[in-house]
Amino acid sequence: MTFLGIPTASSTGHLRAPRTFPEAAHDALGNAQLRRNLGDATATIRAKRAGVVAELPDWEQLRAAGAAIKDETLAHLDEYLIQLEEQVTERGGVVHWARDADEANRTVVELVRAAGADEVVKVKSMATQEIALNEALADAGITALETDLAELIVQLGHDAPSHILVPAIHRNRSEIREIFLREMAGVDPALTDDPRALAEAARTYLRRKFLSAQVAISGANFAVAEAGTLCVFESEGNGRMCLTLPRTLITVMGIEKLVPTWRDLEVFLQTLPRSSTGERMNPYTSMWTGATEGQQFHLVLLDNGRTATLADPHGRSALRCIRCSACLNVCPVYERTGGHAYGSVYPGPIGAVLSPQLTGVEHNPTLPFASSLCGACFDACPVAIDIPSMLIHLRAQVVDAKREAHHTPTPEAAIMAAAAWTMNRPRWWARGLRAARLSRFVRRRRALPPPLSAWTASRDLPDPPRETLRDWWQREGGVQ
Amino acid sequence: MNEGAATSAREEILSRIRTALGDRPSPAPVARDYRVAGSVPADVEQFVDRLVDYRATVHRCGSDEPALRLKEILDARGVPRLVVPDGFPPAWLPAASLVTEPVSTETLDEVGAVLTTCALAVAETGTIVLDAGPGQGPRALTLVPDYHLCVVRADQVRAIVPDAVAELDPRAPLTWISGPSATSDIELRRVEGVHGPRTLDVLIVG
Repeated sequence: MTFLGIPTASSTGHLRAPRTFPEAAHDALGNAQLRRNLGDATATIRAKRAGVVAELPDWEQLRAAGAAIKDETLAHLDEYLIQLEEQVTERGGVVHWARDADEANRTVVELVRAAGADEVVKVKSMATQEIALNEALADAGITALETDLAELIVQLGHDAPSHILVPAIHRNRSEIREIFLREMAGVDPALTDDPRALAEAARTYLRRKFLSAQVAISGANFAVAEAGTLCVFESEGNGRMCLTLPRTLITVMGIEKLVPTWRDLEVFLQTLPRSSTGERMNPYTSMWTGATEGQQFHLVLLDNGRTATLADPHGRSALRCIRCSACLNVCPVYERTGGHAYGSVYPGPIGAVLSPQLTGVEHNPTLPFASSLCGACFDACPVAIDIPSMLIHLRAQVVDAKREAHHTPTPEAAIMAAAAWTMNRPRWWARGLRAARLSRFVRRRRALPPPLSAWTASRDLPDPPRETLRDWWQREGGVQ
Repeated sequence: MNEGAATSAREEILSRIRTALGDRPSPAPVARDYRVAGSVPADVEQFVDRLVDYRATVHRCGSDEPALRLKEILDARGVPRLVVPDGFPPAWLPAASLVTEPVSTETLDEVGAVLTTCALAVAETGTIVLDAGPGQGPRALTLVPDYHLCVVRADQVRAIVPDAVAELDPRAPLTWISGPSATSDIELRRVEGVHGPRTLDVLIVG
């Protein structure tokens, strides 16, 4: 039970890792096929992105504007959401609010039932994956059909997505062919593993579904508060099929995915496609306002841990994220482990930040450590989220949470506390440093005693320097 | 729907937001020091280059010959029938078997070809924008058929995305099209044509 008004990270759904990151990463690193697929794919997309970003003379200005627009949105989020609701309602749409995944799922199930449907077509959406909507629909006897090619591969393979943008990045063409032959009703048994033939098989399979579907479910890349306009960026046309053909459209959107003004989209229409697929523009972007062309429209606004993230002044800029996945493609850790190791629908650097924020760090304590802090993610981010600094901030929260849970200091907390005490007392600090220097003459140790032995198990203990900085400073006549 | 529950979820989320923003953040204003609308001259050659890069086929003609050119393009493609939305300029109509609105989705699927105008285009990104205005039809019209032939007047080509945003009405149903339907979902290899039109022909007039 949450008390009114107090943001809690009470999110439910596909955000929690069943295993720790080191355990899951260990298995992923043993899978040579996976590493090869990921290495090829991320290298390709990194090169494409770099090319189209370099084409724009004002990329850094667009990046700064994107960050500033999102910060403005977050600073007045309540006002912009009310404005969006008014605009959508005025144009014949119906707005629903959901505190968490369960509430959002219940709302969608009721809407699908009210439309008299037992099958829905879906546009790829992070929000509906986050809340595990497909599972909730299945429990209610409703079949959800993913229509994005990669999502279809994942769904037919009874698998989990491993990348925000290319969910089947861990599968190669021959694996995909096998999945289609095994799971796709009515598929040509002579199907080859040519990507063109595989795409054609998906087109044929889904076409009659599109033409007969009564209800579609989508996410949204952006919503414009002042106009009530929603948009979906996509490539294949499956999004347009879902957004325009069925009589009822239900869109589930995180409360942070809006921008204040129509003009603001001029920034993201340039930065999102270049950052995500490495294209100047994605093939199709659809925008609609309220009930359009005779369709019924429902918008579900989802909190699910976002207000708790907003409550942390040092962490709230993660809510700028526009889900482009540029940070995944440049991350040396992601490139080797793949998305599944993160155990959340949000993998990679942004996932290592966002997943613990949405669930509370106690439910994802190893993710903030799934990074080498190299900074490539920050450089690639089109809304300038300082992911490395936020990871360090979250690591501190994990240590604090552990201390609260144990009521006794963990070794790292005890050491940090002792260091803080000593560093505040210059004479003790100087003595400590000299003592460490003297230890050079003691028989050299390569490992520390337990519990510090965990650290030295994979590292050599460094030699203390011959002379401390302070001693050097004094010897050279520096001012104290 | 359960209105009582819906209202309380709304109130609670808004209240959580206000509590979360208790420190009253005041971010810096948005600096629009990037290339804004009107700051760059439009370049039709760049538009052509970008369309070709997306593997759309580009044709060009003078202002007085669209009808003739459209017929040639359709003949070369072997398109016997096509859907033409209301408001398409009558002087440009090619001599083909035309299907006019209203059309059902089934008819669109069966005819398989559509001819439209557009609202405007963006040179830098090779994008055509449809806003359901005259000669464009509802969104399904340019989606279900496998072949889309779009006529763009040279004076509809804008330089960059901000130019287009400044002119468009967000409340119109908008479709931004940059090349034919494509996917890169299999090993990131680009394949043209999944669900939308697999062939996109563009005729630039003037």
